[in-house]
Amino acid sequence: MTLYAKFMGPGWYRAAISQPLSLAFAVGLVAAVRTLYGYDPVLDGDAITTVALIAMPLGFIVGIGCFDYWFRWASGAPTTPEDHSGHGAKTWKDYFKVNTDHKVIGIQYIITTFLFFILGGLMAMVIRAELAQPGTQFVDPNTYNGLFSVHASLMIFLFIIPVFAGIANYVIPLMIGAPDMAFPRLNALSFWMLPTAGVMMIASFFTDGGAFATGWTAYAPLSTETPIGQQFFTIGVQFAGASSIATALNFLVTIITMRAPGMTFWRMPLLVWANFTTSLLVVIATPFIAGSQFFVLLDRSLGTHFFDPAAGGDVLMYQHVFWFYSHPAVYIMMLPGFGIVSEVISTHARKPVFGYRMMAFSLVAIVILGFTVWAHHMFVSGMFDWLRVPMMITTMLIAVPTGIKIFSWLATLWKGVIHLTTPMLFALGFITMFTLGGISGIILAVIPVVIHVSDTYFIVAHIHYVLFGGSVFTIFAGLYHWFPKMTGRMYDERLGKLHFWLSFVFFNLTFGPMHFVGVDGMPRRVADYADQFATMNALISVSSFIFGLSFLVFLYNMITSWRNGPKAAANPWRAHSIEWQVSSPPPIFNFDEIPTVVGGPYEYGVPGAVHAVFGDKKAPVKGAPAPAGGGGAPPPTTE
Amino acid sequence: MRRLLRKRPALGMALLSGVSTAVGIVIVLVIDWFPAQASTASPQIDTLWDVLMIASVPIFVLVMSVALYSVFAFRAEPGDLSDGEPIHGNTRLEVIWVTIPFIMVSALAVYGWIVLDDIEAKQTDPLIVNVTGQQFAWRFDYPDEGKVKSTQLMLPKDRDVEFRVNTDDVLHDFWVPEFRLKTDAVPGLTTKIRLKPSRIGEYDVVCAELCGIGHSTMRAAVRVVTPEDFDAWIAKEQQSEGDGGAAAAGGDEAGAGRQLFTDTGCNRCHTLADAESTSAVGPGLDDLTANATAYGKEAKQSPEEYVKTSIEDPGAFVVPEFEDGIMPADYAEQLSPEEIDTLVKYLLSVSSQDKP
Repeated sequence: MTLYAKFMGPGWYRAAISQPLSLAFAVGLVAAVRTLYGYDPVLDGDAITTVALIAMPLGFIVGIGCFDYWFRWASGAPTTPEDHSGHGAKTWKDYFKVNTDHKVIGIQYIITTFLFFILGGLMAMVIRAELAQPGTQFVDPNTYNGLFSVHASLMIFLFIIPVFAGIANYVIPLMIGAPDMAFPRLNALSFWMLPTAGVMMIASFFTDGGAFATGWTAYAPLSTETPIGQQFFTIGVQFAGASSIATALNFLVTIITMRAPGMTFWRMPLLVWANFTTSLLVVIATPFIAGSQFFVLLDRSLGTHFFDPAAGGDVLMYQHVFWFYSHPAVYIMMLPGFGIVSEVISTHARKPVFGYRMMAFSLVAIVILGFTVWAHHMFVSGMFDWLRVPMMITTMLIAVPTGIKIFSWLATLWKGVIHLTTPMLFALGFITMFTLGGISGIILAVIPVVIHVSDTYFIVAHIHYVLFGGSVFTIFAGLYHWFPKMTGRMYDERLGKLHFWLSFVFFNLTFGPMHFVGVDGMPRRVADYADQFATMNALISVSSFIFGLSFLVFLYNMITSWRNGPKAAANPWRAHSIEWQVSSPPPIFNFDEIPTVVGGPYEYGVPGAVHAVFGDKKAPVKGAPAPAGGGGAPPPTTE
Repeated sequence: MRRLLRKRPALGMALLSGVSTAVGIVIVLVIDWFPAQASTASPQIDTLWDVLMIASVPIFVLVMSVALYSVFAFRAEPGDLSDGEPIHGNTRLEVIWVTIPFIMVSALAVYGWIVLDDIEAKQTDPLIVNVTGQQFAWRFDYPDEGKVKSTQLMLPKDRDVEFRVNTDDVLHDFWVPEFRLKTDAVPGLTTKIRLKPSRIGEYDVVCAELCGIGHSTMRAAVRVVTPEDFDAWIAKEQQSEGDGGAAAAGGDEAGAGRQLFTDTGCNRCHTLADAESTSAVGPGLDDLTANATAYGKEAKQSPEEYVKTSIEDPGAFVVPEFEDGIMPADYAEQLSPEEIDTLVKYLLSVSSQDKP
């Protein structure tokens, strides 16, 4: 390859060159505009940073090659014939390229998001170190505010939301019998936008004035007045959000149009339902956070007055727009986990999901109700009083569909044949902690109580029970469950169980006590606190360090098992859904022959029941003896 | 043992749940959740909390008993490759677990609503306290008690108090944990809390809304005292403020007006040479007398009436080239009629042609 081709072709070289070029563009544009307006000085650091924050990530994405095909097509140049050279991974290096294979993108997503998970977790460790005793020990208040802001932003925008997209990317096309996602190039673009957002948020620590320090909520007018670090959040969120929307559209189209023959909506596994409903939420809600951050961006950079009441701005508008996304975002972070838990419990308890249709309907109900509760985050915000009671009622009503799910999982366990594998343990741990998080959620709907506990550690406890005990436990359940499928290796079951018990026990010791200090009067987002909370905080900090260390067990297990674990069979869990009927890992185009779906996905215990068949083989006659191992399709020809 | 449990699951479950629920309820009631009860709202909210706890325990216990029981009773033997019973659903059960939670949350919502109405009920002759947050301190003033200003919050026991909360800069949140009530201080709005202090003691105002670097240090002292002590304190403050304030403001009515102009925040939008304000968000007031005469004529109002209307209802007449809806419309609530009169007189006096 000539040097010229190396630098002009898609890839890291071109991406590297794009960075100084984008920066130069930013400097040039700012200088030109400011000269035209006669502003002094012509080179303004904040303005250049702002333009560069938009130009450099775009430059990177173009440089790495996400747009090559579209640019050629749009300019009328001959497009490169699709030779599938950018599809599938033959070496580890292929994971660092723009790839159109949903399985490669899935892995790219999962690894990238876990890197940000580790970084966000380390920040949490520093936060807990600082809070171990009253007073200031390790970080100054500004850094502290930056740490919890970046911690939350990374965990939400760079870990929980996208890691679910990663898992779904890998699993959903296989589950519905599709060769890939509907728009593989868009899929690649979605992924490559993501790390730019994360890098941006972390880079804010190195700016003048420190990282953005207004929480992940970035309430105006604080966020319109703080130093330039805030801009890294304001713009970073746009990239994460765009990535999220593009992926969600891709899922919607894939699920609607690319299901295998015979897979009606009522034969879709619940994970598919979960991602379908989640994608609806993403597509409808995410533009609102984009809007809220654009308002902030305009107020900061162009001197508009959206949030300046002295000039007719409205501070509460920010909160309304923000929560109109950010409450549904809670379900964006939870529904895929519901799907995973349904798969895991049904498979490892060897029973059909109890009340399958109600499980699907309750997802839809949560989507609809999820849009009617945003203002319960604003009960003490000073908004108009009349909105509070309706929001309390809708919020409490969400307990009904959520209750349906929990009770149906329990009924699925009932009279099952329960295999306490690591994914099953995490699913059971999820039920425990999500029930607690759900109960504190009900409490947080009751206005008089909220007036006392809002903005306290009770909230911190609640969201970690829902997002860690809830979402992250389902992520672990899902990763252990599909690890054999993704890597072709088995993980170490003993280490997996150790990981579960360590994280389950120390999660509760970390976040359980936060309920008490919160109700007792400790506000959240504080670098320092009254001495009366010292004992509890010391306990919380010590537990959190062990909790943090438990993650190393997971990491060690994943890395060593991926390298040296025993080879996994195609279907180690004897599951019925389609992804388990192909080899582990699956062939490059998923299926040598497209499967035909002939029944429900969870027909455990029904003699001879099969979810899908391959090729021309007819479905086994009902009542025929079940194949050894309790069912599933005949082994695929690819093995 | 396991076979027995498999045979009579309902009995085992009921026993397990009943005992755990009883124990759980005792535990949540024994725990001392809250700080001291220092307002009449506190016991109501604490009781509501107890009811929520009592309702929550059986739900959690039920979920945990079924989960733990299932793991214990239905766990696969090693090498067991069989499947469970293919139970796909049970309509009656599903109706039950939709209906019962629905009834429970509805009842709790109604109860919550009643308590809310109760703690926010109208008060008779409340003591008004204006609370202003700024990065990173609180100030309090007592407009009806001789306009006493203070940086500590002094309150009489057993008297209704209405807090009118404002901010000079970003969002803050006025919270006294012992009172149980809080509200954001929102730029451009006045938010309110009504309560009645019920316990003599010293507490803290805590800022509960992230407001910047000094957020965790934004505290102020609260002292609830007997009404007699409160009156004594007011008298003392009035005297010292009378001395200090008079010296600062020149001791005349114009001084009081100027103080009001600045304290109310008029200066943040309106230019007025006498008060050394230069903001141009709203119309400048240096030529107010002339303008008020002119515009007042159109509205058939005297200059005094015109200025008063403009303060109380800024939308009634909007000066050309300015937009409606920018000026806060709640000054009639924020300020007493006397204060508005003072302000009107002050504004007209300092903007007249023959001003001193």
